[in-house]
Amino acid sequence: MLVTGVARQLGGRFVRRIQRDPEVDRVVAVDAVPPEHHLGGADFVQADIRQPTIARVLAESGADTVVHLDVTGTPFGSGSRATLKETNVIGTMQLLGACQKSPNVKRLVVKSSTNVYGSAPRDPAVFTETTPPKSLPSGGFAKDTVEVEGYVRGFARRRPDVAVCVLRFANILGPAADSPLAAYFSLPVLPTVFGYDPRLQFVHEDDVIEVLRIGSHEPRRGTLNSGTFNIAGDGVLLLSQCSRRLGRPTVPLLLPAVTWAGSLVRTLGMTDFSPEQIRLLTHGRVVATDQMRETLGFTPKYTTAETFGDFVRSRGPGLLPPEALARAIDRIAALPLPGSGHPPTQSAN
Amino acid sequence: MADAKVIPFDDDRSREGAAQRPSRRRGGAGSRRPGAQPAAVGEVQPLPGVASAREDGPVSREEGPPRAPLPQPADDGPGGLERRVASGLAFLRRRLTGDYEVDDFGYDEELTDQVLMSLLRPVYEKYFRVEVKGIENIPAEGGALIVANHSGTLPLDGLMMQVAVHDHHPAGRHLRLLAADLVFVLPVVNELARKLGHTLACAEDAERLLGQGELVGVMPEGFKGIGKPFGERYKLQRFGRGGFVSTALRQGVPIVPCSIVGAEEIYPMIGNAKTLARLLGFPYFPLTPTFPWLGPLGVIPLPTKWTIQFGEAIPTDGYPPEAAEDPMLMFNLTDQVREQIQHTLYKLLVQRRSVFF
Repeated sequence: MLVTGVARQLGGRFVRRIQRDPEVDRVVAVDAVPPEHHLGGADFVQADIRQPTIARVLAESGADTVVHLDVTGTPFGSGSRATLKETNVIGTMQLLGACQKSPNVKRLVVKSSTNVYGSAPRDPAVFTETTPPKSLPSGGFAKDTVEVEGYVRGFARRRPDVAVCVLRFANILGPAADSPLAAYFSLPVLPTVFGYDPRLQFVHEDDVIEVLRIGSHEPRRGTLNSGTFNIAGDGVLLLSQCSRRLGRPTVPLLLPAVTWAGSLVRTLGMTDFSPEQIRLLTHGRVVATDQMRETLGFTPKYTTAETFGDFVRSRGPGLLPPEALARAIDRIAALPLPGSGHPPTQSAN
Repeated sequence: MADAKVIPFDDDRSREGAAQRPSRRRGGAGSRRPGAQPAAVGEVQPLPGVASAREDGPVSREEGPPRAPLPQPADDGPGGLERRVASGLAFLRRRLTGDYEVDDFGYDEELTDQVLMSLLRPVYEKYFRVEVKGIENIPAEGGALIVANHSGTLPLDGLMMQVAVHDHHPAGRHLRLLAADLVFVLPVVNELARKLGHTLACAEDAERLLGQGELVGVMPEGFKGIGKPFGERYKLQRFGRGGFVSTALRQGVPIVPCSIVGAEEIYPMIGNAKTLARLLGFPYFPLTPTFPWLGPLGVIPLPTKWTIQFGEAIPTDGYPPEAAEDPMLMFNLTDQVREQIQHTLYKLLVQRRSVFF
């Protein structure tokens, strides 16, 4: 088995986990930089997937399964957005070219993202795998994933003997998440877009590892693991709910101000507050996971709310911890109130 | 409807009849639901002279079992206030800590029931004095598609229909409205619409909701209906491309036609500033006798008297699965629904004594 993108947390965890499976004899872990975490007993090969050398690595390893995790939204270390895009798009092209030449490859798993659907007010409320996006993402990571999926589809056409599994993950969160959204939720005060309360969906890191395992093994009886699948936890959280559960107050800004502030923050290089991130935090995105349950036969352990709860526990308390608010209200409730009741409408928003 | 029927608008001759009419009061002090007086809604008298002409089913009576006890029972006994305060605080606590649930469409049932409906109810009961008929035509369970006429410049008719179903249906069903994309572009409006359970009017969302057994409301006239000039009031516009029929056919759910009288006159649109509308990106920019001349005061709707009549359901489960692809059947069904709504509209208009009473 060959796994790319192992220098990241998720890739590292996956490599460590997959070696415990009896079906796996040998794991070749590939990345352009050596990982800081250990990889269990996997053989690490330092190779840049943007270079043709990846074909040699693949041929020498004789891998029958390729798990492509090097499609990411955040630059690694000090990398720039341009390098990231090259790794995502050119890297995928090189890797797919190498796979096409290798007769051994029987299975390909690609990590994609629900970003491919974009995020627009004119979209249906819930995306299925076949929903065409109303407005294609114009740039950034979302466009990368669209292009990556395009090349993967081309590869699947040219090599029909290879089982191709494209996993579109919702926002990945967890104690060790390093996604742009995790960075956003770590801000002391959350800037939001005034007048919009987006619906968000999360998937837990543990579930990501599990579903990648399902994708990279033989399908279990009655299931099929080639095709495109949305992967997300059950349920939906509104951004306002997230901020209350985190205990971090929100600052609603007008949309132009948010766009401007986003570009300012990006220029200063603080976080990757990209335009599609702003679109997500304006209009939200929810995907249907029926295919994941019925065809892929995977049921996530964590719901969206549980995933977020786990993430909240891993971060420190915010400025307005929900426990403190709850205690304050309990104290008010304990007071003997003669006639001065709180009408419930006071907390409309 | 090409035949030009003469409809007596603003018919004040029967004003004297208004005095004897019992004003419909729902719920006593602080009570949300008339569970205690089940006949209150049904007290609407058959109008003199037209009672025999009625065939659209009796006036709805809330004779069904009273709905499940609400979190805030409004009993006035000792301790009632305390309990209200306690439940209010519990609500506040849940809201502030984010400990509540919304569905995939962003529908916040708790917020809708406890807050947003309480805000809409006075408009519904006191301002437009909505009279609901034929609520029993809405099935108590399973999916159903309610198709209504659309009018009034601002989509207040949809909201009032939602309150009508919410407050009057014996099974306490929630209406999920399909709204135009403009709703989801506008800030604040989109947030509230999502929390009220509305979603975008597209086949995917409608089918998903109907598949979950929800009650879905749609106004197929769209902007053509809501933004038509005052002179064309109560003339149904084209029903889109009839997409709602194929959606109902695919899901095998009944279609419930709904006629709303009274919404046409809330903002009599006497002109349309098309250039301004194009500039702002709206489908129309209404000019009414008060708007925009009186500034914010012009946004206050006229206090018309409304009637919402739910007609007999049209079943769609008897058709083969490929029927949804049959354009002829679709057009026929669309016309059937359209004519039933138009017919009921005319009938309600004849029965109406005055726009305001």
